[in-house]
Amino acid sequence: MTRYSALALLKAGLTGQRGWDRAWRDPEPTTHYDVIVIGGGGHGLATAYYLAKVHGIRNVAVLEKGWIGGGNTGRNTTIVRSNYRQKPLHDLFDFALGLWEGMSDELNYNVMFSPRGALFLGHSDSDMTVLAQRGDALRCDGIDAELLTRDQVRKLVPLLDMSPDARFPVHGGLIQRRGGTARHDAVAWGYARAADSLGVDIIQNCEVTGIVQSGGRVTGVETSRGKIGAGRVGICVAGNSGPVAALAGITLPIEAQTLQAFVTEQVKPMIDTVIMSQSLHCYISQSDKGGIVLGGDPDQFPSYAQRGLPPRIERAAAEAIALVPALSRLRMARCWAGTTDMSFDGSPIISALPVGGLYLNGGWCYGGFKATPGSGFVYAHLLATGAAHRLAAPFALDRFAEARPSTKRGSARCRSCADDADRLPPLRSARASRVRL
Amino acid sequence: MMRIDCPHCGPRAQAEFAYERTLDSIVTLDMAEDEAVARLYARANPRGFDDELWRHGFGCRQWLVLHRHRQTHEIASVAAFDPAIHS
Ligand SMILES: Cc1cc2nc3c(=O)[nH]c(=O)nc-3n(C[C@H](O)[C@H](O)[C@H](O)COP(=O)(O)OP(=O)(O)OC[C@H]3O[C@@H](n4cnc5c(N)ncnc54)[C@H](O)[C@@H]3O)c2cc1C
Ligand SMILES: [Zn+2]
Repeated sequence: MTRYSALALLKAGLTGQRGWDRAWRDPEPTTHYDVIVIGGGGHGLATAYYLAKVHGIRNVAVLEKGWIGGGNTGRNTTIVRSNYRQKPLHDLFDFALGLWEGMSDELNYNVMFSPRGALFLGHSDSDMTVLAQRGDALRCDGIDAELLTRDQVRKLVPLLDMSPDARFPVHGGLIQRRGGTARHDAVAWGYARAADSLGVDIIQNCEVTGIVQSGGRVTGVETSRGKIGAGRVGICVAGNSGPVAALAGITLPIEAQTLQAFVTEQVKPMIDTVIMSQSLHCYISQSDKGGIVLGGDPDQFPSYAQRGLPPRIERAAAEAIALVPALSRLRMARCWAGTTDMSFDGSPIISALPVGGLYLNGGWCYGGFKATPGSGFVYAHLLATGAAHRLAAPFALDRFAEARPSTKRGSARCRSCADDADRLPPLRSARASRVRL
Repeated sequence: MMRIDCPHCGPRAQAEFAYERTLDSIVTLDMAEDEAVARLYARANPRGFDDELWRHGFGCRQWLVLHRHRQTHEIASVAAFDPAIHS
């Protein structure tokens, strides 16, 4: 495999950029793998990469029913940050953020990670109180969080509506400067190329249609390309977690829901921060191509349609225009939808399943892109060792039966963090959970 | 967007309705703990038909039972919720 570098690019330029190797092979599946990962999204591909890289397990296949990155990985609004209020979540996401910072070098693939700052706007005194509390909790754990005044926000995003009759008055904000965006496709491709170079087979157009068991243990999978044996099988299929777990007779605390995103025509740089809001489910960023990327509310009912409701588009556009009036001049270029795996407490499930050798990584709701490297890392640990990685331990499946919140914290270090565990009601419905993107 | 044929109000836009939960996840007060937990948290979550509780919030405000396909959005039937039959 040729290493990508400026020199390689220059050299290839002399011959018209021909002669590049393909980025990963297109192998036929063999009859048996030590580990099969179902699902070739960012999480599945990262898992395979870390299995090979960290644990030396290279007889691994990633089975993808369509094309890699064609699921939520290639449909999301690419916001990367780690400033979650609850400790187990921000610990895992901040570990992931550390991996994002070195990802392009690690994979020798430009994932265009752009830490341009992830800003939450506060629109009221109570918003600002919540943001301040969150900031304190994060800083206690060494995660960067900076509370901004209204004037500081105005300087950062001059296009915000700061007029006295603004629909959503801006009182201030909370920014994580290390947060930002990345190129979603490149994340899938980068992990695929790096995993392939370590010997992992990436098999596309290969849908898993059955999970083969013997004596309470998984022994392989049935696929659209035949039966393949496996020592361990890791499910990593996001919105399809329900149907794939059902192949092994397992029901999950997960419901599939549609989430949409939109992009406008391309314009010159106008917004260089990721804008989110404490009160609105609206988030705005500008892609490197110039399109303004917008996201909004999920559809709030179960669906696998990958096609969402028009009222959600109207609402997201209305909120975005209220925040940044200049956006009203732009035309919407495209909108699309993905099927998210909504878990009932808004947290992921990274866990062994009741069938031996079968594991699940899912329930990331609408916020799993930012977790991609960390999720792959801890899932590889689980698949390789059979034991949960320290950061994944709070996210076991049995927390639901025991009504134990995933966000129970270990040691109390400050007043506002100490309240964490008690603040999260143990039983929440999928509709009530509002984990932000 | 779907059009839901409310047995009380007739065909109305989906925007008037809210999804509540699947019919098999209703928990009654006398239920044993194990069963209550299973009903609260285990979902068949099929890529196909399921029975769902919806509420016509901006109409008659009644509970409805929809038999709905989760990929095609086909609604095979809408019935008024009847505790004697449905729970
Ligand atoms: C519109 C939208 C916006 C979002 N915005 C953000 C954001 O800004 N920030 C953020 O952090 N997160 C965001 N998310 C969430 C994020 O996209 C997901 O949590 C994340 O991409 C999940 O990654 P994955 O690899 O698990 O899933 P996917 O990329 O969906 O990969 C799963 C793969 O499994 C495959 N598969 C399914 N069934 C089978 C089978 N039977 N056999 C073989 N393969 C199968 C699918 O084809 C798919 O490719 C957003 C999601 C959506 C839909
Ligand atoms: Zn009605």
